[in-house]
Amino acid sequence: MEEFDPKITIKKKFSITRKVGFNKMAFSLKGIKVPHRKNTAGSEVKRMVIDNTITLPMIMHIGAPAVPVVKAGDHVDVGTLVAKAGDGLSSPIYSGVSGSVVGISDVVISNGRKVPAIKIDSDGEMTVDANIVPPVINDRQSLVGAIKDSGVVGLGGAGFPTYVKFNTDKEIDYLIVNCAECEPYITSDTYTMLERADEIAYAIDILLKHVNIKNVIIGIEKNKGKAIDKMKEIASKNSKISVKVLPSVYPTGGEKVLVYRTTGRVIKEGKLPADVGCIVCNCTTLATLGKYFKTGMPLVEKCVTVDGSAIENPQNVIVPIGIAIKDVFEFTGGFKSEPAKVLYGGPMMGISVPSLDEPVLKQTNALLAFNEKDAKQGEETACIQCGTCIKNCPFGINVTEIARAVSKGEYDRLEKLGVGICMECGCCAYNCPANRPLVQMHKLAKISLREWKEKEAKA
Amino acid sequence: MENKLHISVSPHLHRKRTTTGIMLEVIIALLPTTIAGVVIFGLRALAVIGVCVASAVISELLFNLILKRKQTIKDLSCVVTGLLLALNLPANAPLWQCAVGSVFAIIVVKCIFGGIGKNIVNPAITARVFMLVAFGSLAKTAFPVGMDATAGATPLVSETTPDIMDLLLGKTGGCIGETCAIALLVGGVYLLIRKVISWHIPVAFIGTVFIFSFFVKDFSVSEALVQVLSGGLLIGAIFMATDYTTSPSTALGKVVFGVGAGLITALIRFWGIYPEGVSFGILLMNILNPYICSLTARKLFGGGKK
Repeated sequence: MEEFDPKITIKKKFSITRKVGFNKMAFSLKGIKVPHRKNTAGSEVKRMVIDNTITLPMIMHIGAPAVPVVKAGDHVDVGTLVAKAGDGLSSPIYSGVSGSVVGISDVVISNGRKVPAIKIDSDGEMTVDANIVPPVINDRQSLVGAIKDSGVVGLGGAGFPTYVKFNTDKEIDYLIVNCAECEPYITSDTYTMLERADEIAYAIDILLKHVNIKNVIIGIEKNKGKAIDKMKEIASKNSKISVKVLPSVYPTGGEKVLVYRTTGRVIKEGKLPADVGCIVCNCTTLATLGKYFKTGMPLVEKCVTVDGSAIENPQNVIVPIGIAIKDVFEFTGGFKSEPAKVLYGGPMMGISVPSLDEPVLKQTNALLAFNEKDAKQGEETACIQCGTCIKNCPFGINVTEIARAVSKGEYDRLEKLGVGICMECGCCAYNCPANRPLVQMHKLAKISLREWKEKEAKA
Repeated sequence: MENKLHISVSPHLHRKRTTTGIMLEVIIALLPTTIAGVVIFGLRALAVIGVCVASAVISELLFNLILKRKQTIKDLSCVVTGLLLALNLPANAPLWQCAVGSVFAIIVVKCIFGGIGKNIVNPAITARVFMLVAFGSLAKTAFPVGMDATAGATPLVSETTPDIMDLLLGKTGGCIGETCAIALLVGGVYLLIRKVISWHIPVAFIGTVFIFSFFVKDFSVSEALVQVLSGGLLIGAIFMATDYTTSPSTALGKVVFGVGAGLITALIRFWGIYPEGVSFGILLMNILNPYICSLTARKLFGGGKK
């Protein structure tokens, strides 16, 4: 079920040690069972028409901030460029509403950084920019340019500019379409697979035409019945494309986990999928690209899952990027109880937002609101060395030792323990009976290790 | 309203199992054994259990109060320690000795090292060994109510081979909680089903003793079974060797730990001066635990050589 590579399959199959769980000898990638809570799967999706103001921070991706090209008073339409890509790694930003630019002011984004943001007052018309035309794509160079112009970044949540992944001379063995959606609650990718399968297929066709890709694997968790059929339909039309149904365990959608589960290849610490001949793309990323290749409409809207214990009517809704999340909640019918914690993304890796005025970002795929009971964290108690965290870590990281190394300041040991491999999936902290903030500890460990290394390099 | 939102690092979802919950599971798993012990050895056993548990809880309470530490008795680990110690004592143990042992387990073995999760050896086991060395009278093992105290201390030193049915039901001499094999096995199965413990340590521990005895006792399965069912092997392998803090966390480490403890137990039983070696087996492996842990650490995914 897990591997493609015949060599690995044989090794695993005949390894007695693996069967009794001796991880020292054979590596077995672990996953945990989390509640699915996919309440909104297959629900009717409404498109939000708004006459509110939208806020577009210049950083909604990994890399340099985008540079505004509009000024206060300018008229923009849906799909009008408002900020061009900055130097180096960056991504352009387009307006998701028609209206006039109110101005540019600084906002604080979730990592604490202050960035300029363009505010646009919607006229409620949602007029589409008349100048939008499909991009001309002749070769790989123009394809990469088009992907960059589309403003598409990793829409699964990471926000890594997509064009970079295809800007490679290396031969790509596998393009892996990430349809795992392993986080609880979120069903916006399921919506994409069900309703935008033709756009996904179109994007795959264009990519296959211009990039040297040998195989396409659509990796999808087995809990997505109808979406699997849709993806199999795509695969039936092209012999290069195959669908791989994956076990429904968290975190199947993690990049390294998905590459391993679909191809059996292991991405070493600090390496990228491209280093093992793979490119991983989220299905919504591909659908958005497909739409851009077909129509020229860049990334201006997102389907987000609105759910959680404080939400009156859980549903998926298509909203323009930049809309304040309180407007989205209002549109979907508001709260049934006072929200105490609101998240961008799923409960396992999502980011808690400080205020309901925050905008929907490019990489936002869910807005979850929880009531006081669910928001409250259990009391942190002493570590009892139960080893549940180590047992459940997909990558086999010795979580308790990392905590100890941080507190003692043993940075060289921290490096040896492999804290850099940690993808912060939260399997350790989810299972911790002592409610220890283990992911936070790992984030801290990574930062202090980096600082220590910089200091060492100077000395 | 804006300021009321909670901010925290992911994950925002937690499994509903806490340290207190785990300790409660262990107490539930020990209930059949406790009840069987009281039925077999009478109310005197209840007194021993009561004294041990009470003095364990009170000593942890006072330690935290006096040193102005966060109160930790509500995690119930002191109850588990007290209960396990009591079950490892004979029903006729002097009550003051029980109290001293309990206080030793909690204060010296656990609290001084930093409380729960920081102790390097199992508190109940260490206290039992301490009492064995300090109070020689404990060697006189109690016998079930209404039973003739003719032979030696535990079935391990008796001349005749005990009946396996008697061993299963607990109609033999020994400590309060070690005689009734059925009750212990029920508790062990409960812990396995509730996923509080994994099978590795008990199976490796008991299996090693069984195989070792099988060879030493001239390939007799029934003799080997007697070795498994008598003495403190079952309670030790199921409840004490599986203590999270003092046992390895990887599967391979657990097996190494279990085999090691089993070997030491068998060696002491057959050729040592003490009739029983379970406590020493676990205690010695507790001390080796950090080494086992570092030698059997899980392989990192994509780690190592870059």
